[in-house]
Amino acid sequence: MSVLTLTRGVTADNRPSGRARGPRESLLSRGAATLIMVVFTLYFLVPIWWLFISATKDRSDLLTTNPLWFADWSLFENIGALFSYNDGIYAKWILNSLGYAGLGAVLATVFSGMAGYALAKYQFRGRELFFNVVLGGVLVPATALALPLFLLFSQVNMTNTYWSVLLPSIVSPFGVYLTRIFAASSVPDELIEAGRLDGAGEVRTFFTISVKLMTPALVTVFLFQFVTIWNNFFLPLIMLRSQELFPLTYGLYAWNTQLNQIPELRTYVLVGSLVSIVPLIVAFLLLQRFWRNGLGAGSVK
Amino acid sequence: MTATELLVTKTARRSASSRRDTSRRGAGRRRPQHRGAIAFFTGPFAVLFALFYLLPIGYAVWQSLQVIERDGTYGAPRQVFGGLQQYVHVFENGEFWASVGRMLLFGVVQVPVMLGLALLFALLLDSPILKGRRFFRLAFFAPYAVPGVIAAIMWGFLYSPNLSPFTDVTRAIDFLSPQAVLWSIANVVTWVFVGYNMLIIYSALLAIPAEVYEAARIDGAGQIRIAWSIKIPMVAPALVLTTVFSIIGTLQLLAEPQVFRSFSSAVSSTFTPNMMIYATNSIPNLNLAAAFSVVLALATFILSFAVLRGSQRKAQS
Repeated sequence: MSVLTLTRGVTADNRPSGRARGPRESLLSRGAATLIMVVFTLYFLVPIWWLFISATKDRSDLLTTNPLWFADWSLFENIGALFSYNDGIYAKWILNSLGYAGLGAVLATVFSGMAGYALAKYQFRGRELFFNVVLGGVLVPATALALPLFLLFSQVNMTNTYWSVLLPSIVSPFGVYLTRIFAASSVPDELIEAGRLDGAGEVRTFFTISVKLMTPALVTVFLFQFVTIWNNFFLPLIMLRSQELFPLTYGLYAWNTQLNQIPELRTYVLVGSLVSIVPLIVAFLLLQRFWRNGLGAGSVK
Repeated sequence: MTATELLVTKTARRSASSRRDTSRRGAGRRRPQHRGAIAFFTGPFAVLFALFYLLPIGYAVWQSLQVIERDGTYGAPRQVFGGLQQYVHVFENGEFWASVGRMLLFGVVQVPVMLGLALLFALLLDSPILKGRRFFRLAFFAPYAVPGVIAAIMWGFLYSPNLSPFTDVTRAIDFLSPQAVLWSIANVVTWVFVGYNMLIIYSALLAIPAEVYEAARIDGAGQIRIAWSIKIPMVAPALVLTTVFSIIGTLQLLAEPQVFRSFSSAVSSTFTPNMMIYATNSIPNLNLAAAFSVVLALATFILSFAVLRGSQRKAQS
């Protein structure tokens, strides 16, 4: 509707002059567009480049040499020192982060996939109520739950444990929402019926046939949940006291708060930050197909 | 939940709606048989959801209705029902409302700037006049792979006079002064999230069918004209979604300002509502912290609801 009116407007006032102006305008705007994009490319990439360069320098070069170019190459010494500092606590943090985010996202995907599938494919009492309550859960931001979870876990003396960060991370209402919708459209009832006629149990049918058809949705749920847990800061901050339990983000935060007392931490914070984001950037590049499709899924008509 | 998630699900639902009716009809017939399977499928999620969503929320509401009483000054503390007393404390707490006001000011400036940039970049990526689109798309999205804590540490180093490599700049401008620090944090948030919002708007642009442009092109409309009159109105729903989720993100801000406390004394322990909750909990005053949480969650709901409603009304008029 609005498009039609708008194009009519375009017809009325712009035709002759628009054509005459065409090539020059496009040359000018081509230059302007590229200039804008190049300037902002610098804005987005220079901080990461600076972090990389800083991580290759030893402590004396850090503030005295050109911040955006290499001095003496000591990246590997720095990484070695980072991993040996404080009995290798940094490696422990990496493992913790991978554990919280990896295990949490896998379990969240399995459980919400199963629930979403059941909601899509079976009729049972209270199904819509169940789904609506889950939908309400989708709207609760993760940070809003951190304090309530802390209050609850301290009631049962389970704060400052792996469980206190892992268990809340394996609930993904969004995952149930997405997999229900996806299963409804991508898993045909006939296929489940065929499985029944062959004598396969419901659970076996799900794990052997339906899961394959639901893969795109399950991958999306996994990726979102992984990033959410990896970036989560409030929950570990409020739950954990012992640094052996910290994820990477909390560990680096803790080091950063001690910069003034322990100056050698400066290098470790920088190198540690770099080491912690490189795998994520690589993973984003490799999984480009998935997140692009995930984001683009909204546009498929 | 993020804007992406909503976008993903919206279409999935659209394509699913035709099928759902048949599945319901078919399912009705076999209701009694599969009790065991249904319990197996939904059980684990239902238990976890009840334990780690419903129970904590309910418990926080209950805690917010309790007060601590002592027998005399040194008596043992007892927790007793106090009605809405904690909420009276919340509404009388100047620091809390100052932090909410600070985040509203932050949001009023940062959200339009961030989304304006995201829209501009998405339009440029979508226009035929730009070369190297694939590279720009990746470069702009890269910061999204950096967690908020790490991004704040990086920018904190770049900002602080005694750590920054760019001493000429930091000597001229004090990014960490009480006047500037809010906007320095806004820059960190913008840096991380512009590319992400750009991609959401960009995928909405890709969804516009080519026929829509044809008439305009035949009429000789320039790229700017097409962007302004056709593209922007058509991606309005994506803009509303990104706005709502940016508002929620702003009110929930915690990691970046918490990191900045190491770099600037201008960031107090009660700088944002969530930092206030964390600080109150550490005192410890659990009951008041719970009441803050409940109020903040409600405020977030109301604000995003208002934006959604406002935009719907605008669309109708």
